Amino acid sequence: MGRASSKEDAGTLFHSLRSAYAATPLNLKIIDLYVGFSIFTALIQVVYMAIVGSFPFNSFLSGVLSCVGTAVLAVCLRIQVNKENKEFKDLPPERAFADFVLCNLVLHLVIMNFLG
Amino acid sequence: MRFGLFNLIPLGQTHAITAHSKDCEDFPQKGRISLTYTEMARSLAGFLVLVLVLVPVVSICEGASLFQPISDSHRSAALELFTLDHGSFESLEETYEALRTFQVLGMEKKPDVTAAACRFISETVGSSSSTPKDLLYALKANSIAECKIHEKASKGIISSLNAAVRGASSLLDFYYSVGGLVLIKDQSSKADIHLADAEGVFRSVKAFSQSDGRWRYSSNNPESSAFAAGIALETLAGIVSLASSELDQSLINTLKNDISKLFDSIEKYDDGTLYFNDKLVDGHDYQGPLSTTSSVLRGLTAFAASTTGNLNLPGDKILGLAKFFLGIGVPGDAKDFFYQIDALACLESNRVSIPLILSLPSTVLSLTKKDSLKVRVTTVFGSNAPPLAVKLVGAFSSGSKDASLVESQELKFDQVSGLHILNDLPESIDVGSYTFVFEVVLQEPEDEKVYVTGSQTKVPIFVTGLIKIENSEIVILDSDLGSIESQKKLDLAKKNAASLSANHLQKLRLSFQLTTPRGHAFKPHQAFLKLRHESEVEHIFVVGNSGKQFELVLNFLGLVEKFFYLSGKYDMELTVGDAAMENSLLVAIGHIELDLPEAPEKAPRPPPQPVDPYSRYGPKAEITHIFRAPEKRPPQELSLAFLGLTILPLLGFLIGLLRLGVNMKNFPTKPVPATFGVLFHVGIGAVLLLYVFFWLKLDLFQTLKILGFLGVFLVFVGHGVLSHLAAASAKLKSA
Repeated sequence: MGRASSKEDAGTLFHSLRSAYAATPLNLKIIDLYVGFSIFTALIQVVYMAIVGSFPFNSFLSGVLSCVGTAVLAVCLRIQVNKENKEFKDLPPERAFADFVLCNLVLHLVIMNFLG
Repeated sequence: MRFGLFNLIPLGQTHAITAHSKDCEDFPQKGRISLTYTEMARSLAGFLVLVLVLVPVVSICEGASLFQPISDSHRSAALELFTLDHGSFESLEETYEALRTFQVLGMEKKPDVTAAACRFISETVGSSSSTPKDLLYALKANSIAECKIHEKASKGIISSLNAAVRGASSLLDFYYSVGGLVLIKDQSSKADIHLADAEGVFRSVKAFSQSDGRWRYSSNNPESSAFAAGIALETLAGIVSLASSELDQSLINTLKNDISKLFDSIEKYDDGTLYFNDKLVDGHDYQGPLSTTSSVLRGLTAFAASTTGNLNLPGDKILGLAKFFLGIGVPGDAKDFFYQIDALACLESNRVSIPLILSLPSTVLSLTKKDSLKVRVTTVFGSNAPPLAVKLVGAFSSGSKDASLVESQELKFDQVSGLHILNDLPESIDVGSYTFVFEVVLQEPEDEKVYVTGSQTKVPIFVTGLIKIENSEIVILDSDLGSIESQKKLDLAKKNAASLSANHLQKLRLSFQLTTPRGHAFKPHQAFLKLRHESEVEHIFVVGNSGKQFELVLNFLGLVEKFFYLSGKYDMELTVGDAAMENSLLVAIGHIELDLPEAPEKAPRPPPQPVDPYSRYGPKAEITHIFRAPEKRPPQELSLAFLGLTILPLLGFLIGLLRLGVNMKNFPTKPVPATFGVLFHVGIGAVLLLYVFFWLKLDLFQTLKILGFLGVFLVFVGHGVLSHLAAASAKLKSA
């Protein structure tokens, strides 16, 4: 009975999460999708390295950190843009977006340099 | 270095060739002894440092040195030095110097030299613009070359020289003019040339003198020199000879005092030679000791010749000056040669004192050949001396201050050869190096006023002889008991082929006796035993001695490590050598089979012997570089597959975006913000493109430069579009 209830509970939990998520604004969903995409790219690169070995280690690091870095910046953007976040009430979302773009450009300059 | 060849004891090799050919028969044999020694020296030099080759001669007695009179080597050198340059000499001075040198050395006049000189002389004499200096040297040269001078020309010379004397203001002016007048008086037919005011001219020249005996060149120039003193004395001698009446004797006496003062400033070298030197004030005018001393001697002898009475100069000073000039040997420069020969010519016959030089044709004597000690006493040019006796007053061994080894004895004079000979060397003279002390005694008492011989002359003598080598044997002993295992007698006169064997528990003993011809013990400079292994590794041992007995004991137990534990056949070679030994030897004794224990782990390896002495410097083996193996790369297909896989998430992202229902409704519609918006996206795209180029081919600096421009542009347009959007959303919120 416990097992069946835990399975049921998992299912209920999942459904409630899904419906709650559907309520989030569109722009936040876009950002979430972006984060998911970049993490997934990073994972694929890690799998590749696991297969072939880390010979040009700098390239591996560069690739992975580019994905992870941009994900981190996107998360920051999400925090700042989220209307429910009282801390950043006074920050216009355009300003946050401008920061996001600038930081990404700097990150990718460094990444390109480290790529080799 | 002043000590020329004459002070080292040559082993019969390097002697000045003397005019006495009789002694030349000794030379080939002496050469043979020294040649043996050089052969040995060459082979010895291969593996050891020569301890001593020549016994140092100038040992305890200072002044033991040998001077040789002028000889044929000077004459041949003169021919080489004084040569015509394009058919004539450079200047009248050089012409005169060449002619004078040839005249003094007794060399016959060469016609081309005389002709060139005559041309030069007649040119100078005939020209009216010749300076007194030119005239002086022309006349000096003419006194030797004896070219004829026209009456008219000589009249012109006399008048111009007289005018020069009257108008002279410096020492050199007086010198040239007075000297010229003295010479023309001898050369022209008119014997009636006198100085108008001889005493006045004398006093004017005397005014240049100084209290220390030196002279100044002129009243303006405060510098004084001994060279100027010589010139002044010559000038004053000329004035005295040209004077029509007797000069005041007090003037001559003060001059004699000046000469004594000048001689007080004489300088001395260690070997007893004396010279005059001036302080180096101005490099241009500096005359070295050679020319200064030569000038003083010229002046002195000229002055002595022109006056009566004695100059009262100590004779050994004259002898010291003679030794200075003889000690130079053969100068390499024409001017130095002239100064030497001219000064020696003054010493050869003068009114002060004539030095007599004691020299030996050979200072190396062989006891084997029963050489006799030969001594010659001559003038500086090798001419005969007056009757005299030579005594050997003492002989001292070099390096010891003991009493003389011989008693005073007189050497016998041989009329035919002109040598003083001591036929047999005394018994007390053994092989080695000695200092013999000679004394020369003039037989006629009047000669003592004319000649000077010096008190005692110290001469270094080297005596060689055959050293007897006896009782030579080589023995292998047992280390502990001392009992003889094997014994071989050696004959060191020829190559031996003794064959011995030993192990590391035994000792080797080599012994022999050395005796001098007189029966005393002898310690040679070199007594070495060399052991050479078949692998060319060598070891050298010094043979020590006590008295006559020489012995070397090699205890192999202690030498095992020195020999690098190498067992096998060792060749043995004995070297006994010394400069006094006529039969120095380097002889093979034989070989010894040594049985040494095995080398332990940490034993030193023998030094590597080069097979070919030059292979050390040849090319070394080629080094092949081993490069790091390149990393294994994955197969290309796998990489391309993963490249595709990486693109997948991007596609997933784009599809997700479409599924979410993104739109572009917020894009500004008004034209200005719209362009800004477009430019913003274009700017970002440009930056990303720049990064691609950065990866492909640009370097960081170029990228940063372009990024700077793009960044500014982007900031500008971005600000534009975003602020517009922000304003729009703010309006929406408030509305």
